[in-house]
Amino acid sequence: MSRSDQTEGLTALDRPNSYIGQSVPRPNLDRLLQGRGQYVSDLVLPRMVHVAFVRSPRAHARIAAIDTEAAKAMPGVVAVVTGRELAAVVTPWVGVLAHLKGLKSAPQHAMAIDRVCWQGEAVVAVLASSRALAEDAVEAVEVSYEELPAVTDMRSALDPATPVIHPDLGDNLAFERNHDAGAVDAAFAEADEVVEAEFVFGRHTGVTLEPRAVVADWNVGERRLTIYQGTQAPHMVQNIAAKHLDLAEQQVRVVCKDVGGSFGIKVHIYADEMATYGLAKLLRRPVKFVADRVESFNTDIHARDHICKGRIAVNRNGSIKAFEIDDLTGIGPYSMYPRTSAIEANQVVNLVGGQYTTPNYRARARVVFQNKNVTCQYRAVGHPIACSVTEGLVDLAARRIGMDPVQIRRLNLIGDDAYPCASPTGLRFEALSHHASLQKLLQMMDYEALRAEQARLRRRGIHRGIGLASFIEVTNPGAAFYGVGGARISSQDGVTVRLDAAGSVTCYTSITEQGQGSEAITAQIVASGLGVSIDRVRVVLGDTDATPYGGGTWASRAAGIGGEAALQSAKTLRGNILQVAAAILQARPADLDISDNAVVDPSSGERKIELSELARIVFFRPDTLPPGLQPEMVATRHFVPRQYGFAFTNGIQASWLEVDTATGFISLLDHWVVEDCGTVINPQLVDEQVRGGVVQGLGAALFEHCIYDERGQLTNANMADYLVPMAAEMPDIAVGHVVTPTKESELGAKGAGEAGTAGAAAAVANAVNDALSPFGVTITEIPLTPRVILSALGRA
Amino acid sequence: MKAPAFSYMRAESVEHALELLSRHGDAAKILSGGQSLLPALNLRLAAPAILIDIGRLDELRGIDLRDNVVTIGALTRHVDLLASEEILSSLPLLRQAAAHVAHPAIRNRGTIGGNLAHADPASEFPACMLALDARMVIRREDGERRVDARDFFRGIYETALEPCELLVAIEIPRPQSGSRTYFHEFVRRSGDYAMTGLAALAHLDGAQFADLRLSYFAIGDRPYLARATSHLVGVAITGERIAEAQAALDAELDPPDDQQASAAMRRHFARLLLSRCVANVLERPELAMEAVT
Ligand SMILES: Cc1cc2nc3c(=O)[nH]c(=O)nc-3n(C[C@H](O)[C@H](O)[C@H](O)COP(=O)(O)OP(=O)(O)OC[C@H]3O[C@@H](n4cnc5c(N)ncnc54)[C@H](O)[C@@H]3O)c2cc1C
Repeated sequence: MSRSDQTEGLTALDRPNSYIGQSVPRPNLDRLLQGRGQYVSDLVLPRMVHVAFVRSPRAHARIAAIDTEAAKAMPGVVAVVTGRELAAVVTPWVGVLAHLKGLKSAPQHAMAIDRVCWQGEAVVAVLASSRALAEDAVEAVEVSYEELPAVTDMRSALDPATPVIHPDLGDNLAFERNHDAGAVDAAFAEADEVVEAEFVFGRHTGVTLEPRAVVADWNVGERRLTIYQGTQAPHMVQNIAAKHLDLAEQQVRVVCKDVGGSFGIKVHIYADEMATYGLAKLLRRPVKFVADRVESFNTDIHARDHICKGRIAVNRNGSIKAFEIDDLTGIGPYSMYPRTSAIEANQVVNLVGGQYTTPNYRARARVVFQNKNVTCQYRAVGHPIACSVTEGLVDLAARRIGMDPVQIRRLNLIGDDAYPCASPTGLRFEALSHHASLQKLLQMMDYEALRAEQARLRRRGIHRGIGLASFIEVTNPGAAFYGVGGARISSQDGVTVRLDAAGSVTCYTSITEQGQGSEAITAQIVASGLGVSIDRVRVVLGDTDATPYGGGTWASRAAGIGGEAALQSAKTLRGNILQVAAAILQARPADLDISDNAVVDPSSGERKIELSELARIVFFRPDTLPPGLQPEMVATRHFVPRQYGFAFTNGIQASWLEVDTATGFISLLDHWVVEDCGTVINPQLVDEQVRGGVVQGLGAALFEHCIYDERGQLTNANMADYLVPMAAEMPDIAVGHVVTPTKESELGAKGAGEAGTAGAAAAVANAVNDALSPFGVTITEIPLTPRVILSALGRA
Repeated sequence: MKAPAFSYMRAESVEHALELLSRHGDAAKILSGGQSLLPALNLRLAAPAILIDIGRLDELRGIDLRDNVVTIGALTRHVDLLASEEILSSLPLLRQAAAHVAHPAIRNRGTIGGNLAHADPASEFPACMLALDARMVIRREDGERRVDARDFFRGIYETALEPCELLVAIEIPRPQSGSRTYFHEFVRRSGDYAMTGLAALAHLDGAQFADLRLSYFAIGDRPYLARATSHLVGVAITGERIAEAQAALDAELDPPDDQQASAAMRRHFARLLLSRCVANVLERPELAMEAVT
């Protein structure tokens, strides 16, 4: 794409009064801080009822009988609906995609019918005039279960002796992928050293401040279903709801105003949400479902839960010759819909070793069913596993050959001048900056001084460690992610920009906002592309009736894809405006520009006509315009990356921490990140995305863990026992940038939302092993709890 | 997570509260700061028919130092303990402990009476009461009684309180001047309930302990005063003595195994707290180092 702009020779990035690259405050901040957010949790509609679900207390059981009579007689109860009754209005689904070859799953219903497959699966819906009354009546529903053996240990899920959860599928293997590139066996046979380890990643979840929330309203007169939902992908929800409720897509409207955090948790279609849509249709009145915290832990998708064996071949000169992994993950009883639960393992295969030059790579990933809550895509899907395995192996290799962790990375990271190139799994890299990022990181942390301090303190019995983790990150995915597999999940986004009668601008975008600043960057780009001040731009998002069709905000795609659509639509509208201005001013459009809310002479800066005046003429005095001129004050543009399947980004993180070897406690002292997301639209937003992502990665490293017992009971489904990272334990997180814009778009922005999560846990684990190196122990398990540390040290 | 329906009554006076308690007995629960009770209601772990709110009874609020006894009203909030000059000067242990109880939002509402009546074995305050030899002042409609801390805590969430009784105050003898305190807890995150903790009060006689009260919490079903201190009182403290005391401590403890910590970890933490406490109180850091095994 041409980077020059015909009209005035300036790109959007360096136009006068550009907001690109500035930390503009988010336009929605005041509203949110004043408690004026419009969250679905707070929404009240006339005639609305609340649903609470009777949820299975068993991990795996046959439903022998359901008695709803007592519940129906309870105060305030409007209806009690079983899974079988609901199945009349909601058809089941199977969470598979064609491009994940061999992926299988069983039909899943909105509520269990004959059998429950995980603790927390909805069995009966109770609808009442308040949530409290609904919960009272839930206690009066009698369900008798015949317990079935629960498959809980992923290691034995494929053993012949283990019961098969869905007999029709033949076994508990949902998906397997094998990849073999280069000459792996020869590399391992010839290498000076081979190091191997088994990495264990605990199951955790993305704890959102606002739980999942839906209000579904079936309007019989219009024959339309309006779904108010905190979702990352309104058009996807529209498509799926229509499909399974036997409606045409235009009969479903999805409205998504403010969302209290998502992190991937709200990019899926949950069975209980589908049940809520169906109940609204069945009852012909608005139905509200807001998951409570216990329901969130039991039913919000979980993630990770991988056991990954890894091997690395290395020569004594530091040259890495090969990687090999064997990954196993348990995903619960169903592959999640519609994005499937095979993506994380698939990503692990894709990404391991991807930052390094060796072409020799073999991987196997197996995805198995279990009687636990479903797992699916959560922030940085697969990246933390791939990064921890890769960077853990690289550190182990470095230690084996006695080389500094920085040096082995310098020797093996793909050179900054090697692009374009591809990974052993065929991922194509447009341009990355591993070495520049490493260099910048070392400066920021003062690596040499830190090593000296570490040595000094170690002599006093204080054990500190430094851990590095370089990573690559998938952003701006094209259709390769879901579309090619048959999912109707759009990889393109659209933006409409409109000049209003008073000279202000309204902009409709298909990306969504869940707190990351989509609204802010859209306003920045539109204001810059058009030449107006940002306070004149109002951004509307999250309404399938109003915005262009698009994917939404997930997979670090909103700024890169939706942002480019915003830029192109703003530029198009600018062209339209200048055409009218030229007619009014009797000039040539090419001799005019828009700056600071006025049409100007770009060379002198002279204000020729205010936009408000131009709009007045266009809308109220078109009779004064030259004959035949029909002004077009609205422009829409869509964008999807076409050259690369993904815009890869890269970065590197470092952790500096202290391990109390007497207690097993870890104190995080400092954390640094350098990342390259291309054009930085809003530095503050990018830095806070990185920090927030790091904190979620640190949570995984030290705290967060969904702990199931052997019978499939989640034993810590509350905020007291499931430990989220909190401010007091978090280190300062310094963020630096290297900027390599993508040439696929004029904006040049790649994604930044997941970089923090991708590498944080790997950096911490490497730092812990660095700190513990005098003890000769290596820990490759997260979360790194005091218990794990103490038992590794033989102390408890 | 919505509480089941309950009736709500606001007590207008202590007498009124006692009358309501005696009338409704088991069916009623006192509502104080609500920081333990309301979560239990919302999780439907408790379903009392009636809540008796004592929150407006100002007569139960306040800290009073008289005749070397500190009296703390049951409604005194955690934040009041943290801010109190009397507590700082007379009962520094309590102040140290209060800083570790939950978070500011909870400390602004939670009360000492509610905390002690709740009797969470992982809570900091019950252990302090044991270390400080506190007495609970308990009233019922027909009278008042005093129960020593060591007899008050009876098990997990269990105390000597009868359903018709109200904890009105805590009386704590002011430790003699020159006493030393030590407080430490092992928590995964600041503000969490402890995996194991220690509240200690020591009286020194020169370089030796004249008295040493080591009150552990999150080590059993109630706070626990270690007997192993007998190895440390009235003797010259050496690494060997500490090791002896640690072994004796190990023998007398029977800690639980749970998600936060295994029994073995709790034993390990308890031993560590002993040596760290002794080293800290005696200002001999080398003792803590020696004892790490
Ligand atoms: C997130 C969180 C973290 C917390 N962390 C800690 C912590 O680290 N350490 C800790 O110790 N506590 C912690 N707590 C609990 C907190 O300290 C509570 O405030 C305290 O345990 C109860 O005091 P309350 O005044 O809130 O009592 P309430 O919740 O009102 O009552 C608790 C119980 O005591 C009974 N009761 C109350 N007052 C009386 C009375 N005067 N006489 C007889 N019975 C009475 C009630 O009936 C009820 O059964 C935490 C709480 C939360 C929500």
